[in-house]
Amino acid sequence: MIDRVRKGWVRALADHRYLIARRVVQVSVVALFIAGYRTDWLLFGREVIEGDLSASLIFGAVPLADPLAALQIWLTGHGLLLDTVLGALIVLAFYWLVGGRAFCAWVCPVNPVADGAAWLRARLRVHGGLRFDKGLKYGLLVMALLLSLLTGVTAFEWISPIGMLHRELIYGMQLGWMAAAAVFLFDLFLLRQGWCGHLCPLGAFYSLLGRFSPLRVGFRPEACTHCGDCHKVCPEPQVLTLRGIAPYRRVVSGNCTNCGRCITHCGENALAFRWVGGEVFQRPRMPEPEEEPAGRTGPPGSKAFSELPAAVPEQPVPAGENFATQD
Amino acid sequence: MAKDKTRREFIFRMARIGALTSVGGMAWGWMINLSGNQAFVLRPPGALPKSEYGGACIKCGLCVEACPYRTLALTRVGEGGAVGIPRFVPRATPCYMCPDVPCARACPTGALERDVEITRSRMGLAVLVDQENCIAFQGLRCEVCYRVCPLIDKAISLQYRPQERTGVHAFFEPVVHSDSCTGCGMCEHACILEEAAIKVFPHALVQGRQGPGYRFGWKEKSGVSQDFKSRKTEPKREAEPWNDKELDHTLETLEDVKGLYD
Repeated sequence: MIDRVRKGWVRALADHRYLIARRVVQVSVVALFIAGYRTDWLLFGREVIEGDLSASLIFGAVPLADPLAALQIWLTGHGLLLDTVLGALIVLAFYWLVGGRAFCAWVCPVNPVADGAAWLRARLRVHGGLRFDKGLKYGLLVMALLLSLLTGVTAFEWISPIGMLHRELIYGMQLGWMAAAAVFLFDLFLLRQGWCGHLCPLGAFYSLLGRFSPLRVGFRPEACTHCGDCHKVCPEPQVLTLRGIAPYRRVVSGNCTNCGRCITHCGENALAFRWVGGEVFQRPRMPEPEEEPAGRTGPPGSKAFSELPAAVPEQPVPAGENFATQD
Repeated sequence: MAKDKTRREFIFRMARIGALTSVGGMAWGWMINLSGNQAFVLRPPGALPKSEYGGACIKCGLCVEACPYRTLALTRVGEGGAVGIPRFVPRATPCYMCPDVPCARACPTGALERDVEITRSRMGLAVLVDQENCIAFQGLRCEVCYRVCPLIDKAISLQYRPQERTGVHAFFEPVVHSDSCTGCGMCEHACILEEAAIKVFPHALVQGRQGPGYRFGWKEKSGVSQDFKSRKTEPKREAEPWNDKELDHTLETLEDVKGLYD
């Protein structure tokens, strides 16, 4: 583990550049929506954005729609209007481009709540609680679609804490504070990343998209010292297993939220956002576990790995909180 | 997923997810069911019937933002009904029936029918629920609800009835006609009482429905008639603007009645 030398606040800002950027984006998005409803502010004579995250209108012309909400509407048997389809496709295209669950880390209003809970959970050294499988959110995604089909109601939109909190900020009195408190307490005392990592159907939906995104966290195995710093800060550490990323030289899993924490915490600069080229749509072949050497893994013939000093202990999983076995 | 080492592990993992999902799904379905009780909520013009509405509305609030009078608001906590769906409370702010219906035009999902004609929209039905307190029924002149009605003489008309107490005056009783009332709530908004005597309700709460078997002889065009009532005193169902002739006729009738009590 290499201790980084910090040189004043400039270095501190640089170390937290993605965190700061994410908060700026999150606040700006909500602020624009609030301005759209509560103020008469116009830009170029038009409302910048009206509506909320489930559907909105930019400059009175470009429709946006939550693709999962659109899918639910379609399943209830209600026909889809062109605006809904177009809006959903625009949003789908955008989040495909920037990384699927980038929505979770950069836009979703629940993210600061979950981050706050995770921070406090680490600070208070809260352990234990529930143990849910991270696959549960896919079950709930199926349930959202199934319930939409059966009840004729857009099931997730009816109970979504994301929608509640977001509408609370824009329109007021939408059960949002209660939803935020529930997520916060659940994440804090019962399960780390409980809502975002284990339950949220919208996150599950976007993770399916992120798998094929061109913007991913790239990885240089030759620079990695296996210090495990990235694991400690990653909200979804299962996406950062050496075995899972080294052969592809990037994070593959759609559950990566492109939050950028690992990038700024890597003392060796082994991680960085990278546009993935032509291989985007090729599903990488999973290596057989038997083929790999017992110790560290890497791309076949990786010189850097064989040259690593033996003294560097292999610690993909820090001892404190064992993320890899957490599900 | 890849991390399951044996088939047994994989199957049990899927079973655990399935079990949790179904427990969650039950609670979820129950919550949806609970929030479906929106009987008292008045929704924007062009709203789909209640049974279909929940399948299309995603609570985006674009209708709310489109409303120039800030009539619409997303349902708040404690107001009853599902939180987040658009509604209005006519006593606070009625629907002013914009001819271009900007709220319905703004709906991106079709939960509000875009091409709805405002006079054909049915947000609810005004009912003069409290005749005991409506001062028109006490014999005082009020007719405020009638005057403010955007579809005056179509949705609300005045029915004249002799005032027996004095023998010389008349009751001017407002009557709502469901075939024209849009439920805009101008009447409820304007009612001069502390608590409105005329209120707008969702149709399902207040409107009856006849079976198909009833035949009303006085409405039929055949020569055979069961016309026990005078055609003249029957209030016109499809009220048209009162013209001078009709007013004269009514006043004449009142004159006649007055004679009876002299």
